[in-house]
Amino acid sequence: MSNRVAIIGVGMNKFGELWDQNLRDITLEAGMYAIFDSGVRGADIDGIVIGNMSAGRFTGQEHLGAQAADMGGLGDMPAYSVEAACASGGAAVRHAYMAIKSGEHKVMLVLGTEKMSDVNQTEAMNTISVAADWEWEGMFGATFPALYAFMARRHMMEYGTTEEQLAKPTVKNHANAAHNPWAQFQRPVPIGVVMNSGLLADPLRVLHSAPITDGAAGLVMCSEDLAKKYTDTPVYIEASEQNSDTLALHDRPSITRMDAVIKSTRSALQEAMLEITDIDVFELHDSFSIGEIILTEDVGIAKKGEGGKALDEGITEIGGKFPVNTSGGLKARGHPVGATGVAQIVELALQLRGDAEKRQVDGAEKALAVNIGGTGATSIVHILGR
Amino acid sequence: MVGIVGYGVYVPRYRIKTSDIAEVWGEDSARIGKGLGVFEKSVPGPDEDVATISVEAARNAVKRAQIDPTDIGAIYVGSESHPYAVKPTGTIVAEAIGCSHDMTCADYEFACKAGTAAIQTTMGLVKSKMIKIGLAIGSDTAQGRPGDALEYSAAAGGAAFLIGMKNIIATINETVSFTTDTPDFWRREGEDFPSHGARFTGEPAYFRHVGEGAKSLFKKTNTTVDDYDYFVFHMPNGKFPLAMGAELNVPPEKLEDSLVVRYIGNTYSGSAMIGLARILDIAKPESRIFMVAYGSGAGSDAFSITVEDAIEDRRGEVPTVDDYIERKTYVDYSIYAKYRRKIKD
Repeated sequence: MSNRVAIIGVGMNKFGELWDQNLRDITLEAGMYAIFDSGVRGADIDGIVIGNMSAGRFTGQEHLGAQAADMGGLGDMPAYSVEAACASGGAAVRHAYMAIKSGEHKVMLVLGTEKMSDVNQTEAMNTISVAADWEWEGMFGATFPALYAFMARRHMMEYGTTEEQLAKPTVKNHANAAHNPWAQFQRPVPIGVVMNSGLLADPLRVLHSAPITDGAAGLVMCSEDLAKKYTDTPVYIEASEQNSDTLALHDRPSITRMDAVIKSTRSALQEAMLEITDIDVFELHDSFSIGEIILTEDVGIAKKGEGGKALDEGITEIGGKFPVNTSGGLKARGHPVGATGVAQIVELALQLRGDAEKRQVDGAEKALAVNIGGTGATSIVHILGR
Repeated sequence: MVGIVGYGVYVPRYRIKTSDIAEVWGEDSARIGKGLGVFEKSVPGPDEDVATISVEAARNAVKRAQIDPTDIGAIYVGSESHPYAVKPTGTIVAEAIGCSHDMTCADYEFACKAGTAAIQTTMGLVKSKMIKIGLAIGSDTAQGRPGDALEYSAAAGGAAFLIGMKNIIATINETVSFTTDTPDFWRREGEDFPSHGARFTGEPAYFRHVGEGAKSLFKKTNTTVDDYDYFVFHMPNGKFPLAMGAELNVPPEKLEDSLVVRYIGNTYSGSAMIGLARILDIAKPESRIFMVAYGSGAGSDAFSITVEDAIEDRRGEVPTVDDYIERKTYVDYSIYAKYRRKIKD
């Protein structure tokens, strides 16, 4: 293929509660790291797309595209943000992919950003809750912990998933994040601590849940013909697929699977002409640990109902057959909602370049990211290859 | 040298268990105490306020110091719950303990460190020989909005320290402060309850300011953790001072004795000062104490203190911190709500 789309630069700021940085600081930092990593000049970039869910509510600032072009000193170019709830970052990547693939753009800067800690926790929760169906869910108190608790309880009932298995994605992802210098929580957490952490919505506990995070991630993407000019280690986007499902959880035939994820994974594998067994490393959207269990099944790593068993067998650990969330995932790398989808691609690009240091999956050649919005109403799947 | 001539504390007798508060709000009552490191908090009776608490503590301090109250040349009362917005608490204290009228007085506010700011002010007046003895008080009947995280810790109590040059029971070797404009916790005029920045009150507020204050004092005195026998940090809850100690490599056993917050809650302006008083109740002569008070908004006052021989002669005359901790009557949430005037017409 001659018109593939390449990722030639990646960058992030260290995720966390960044009290002394604002939205523009973190966005600029991630973007600059990505540009420096790529080796492109500012003048080479011909467009910016930003994944962001709700800067207006979190910080009072919108119009992030113009802001990024301005603060980055990049000058006059098309620049705008895209929103798809927690999948905003994935949507930004996909948008740039399509723009470059079409030939309209040559070199694009893709950013994902969210500054969540400037508002109090209630406001943060309310802001995130609008990614569910506000009229039918959010307004009645069905927060995301509550909705995912329904999914977890049902999964336990249908498939015998245990509380211990619910705790295992957290343990694995924290162990991975201990080797990720950009992660919010760079420390392991024992299973007993996870299982005894405070209840959010039975059976979900605090340590089953991704945190409130400030963070930004960036990519420089370009057409294949230009990629070699800048780097010897381009990573190619081999598939980009997106599907939608009902906004409200209760409108779905099953709440223990995400049909949009199943469809977009299948089409992505088909587009890339790969089988799931060809994929060496995964980033799966673990806003809650039950999410990782369900996605493990929906992408085909485990049979339906056996996501918990896959954790017991260790196949999703680094060194296992299908390593999942080597970055630490949303749980331990942190979950700045609009940045997450871009941060997933940053991690996978590092893995394919062999730059993931102590969390490197040896010889990784193909990688797959699932970025979802809400409880799975949006699914964006990317497959990368080197 | 300038130092502590006498000290006294007062803690209201009423207590509510944090597990009882948790039950009312549907929180996990079995976990809340351990989670916060606060198991009970003191509750002021219906006829107690910062004026009465300050007077009780001041009387204990004067009695311990065996001074003539007319030798007191200045009184500063630090609190964020002064009974009057305009009209000083300090004048009530001065009249109640028998001071002369030839003295200066003012009320202070700097969230939880107004009392230690008062100690610093009186130190200056004493060292400059403007006064013989100064009385610095930190006292609060702290407010917590029903259902808010603060409600588990906001407590009542106070400590009074007489600062002078003669017959001192502990020398204040040095004091430093660290101050920034950091809005982690505030209450606007006319509001019943304070607001806070939740997790923002931790790392960028308490830990930064207490940590910087501590480092600054170590540097100024050219000392290390090993030079001190006891550490006292402001206690907004039971976890923060322990985490601060761990960050500064303070062995937990050097901090343990000051952690009154577990039994009486956070007495705000009284918090670190009551912690210091508990150490003075038990420390042997020549012991060295390292204290850092913290006030939201934000700043820290750090003190290096050495206990003198005279302290042993001044014990036994007035109630200790433990006497007050052990003197308690439990109330349930409804009585607490009535006493704290949370039930309104």
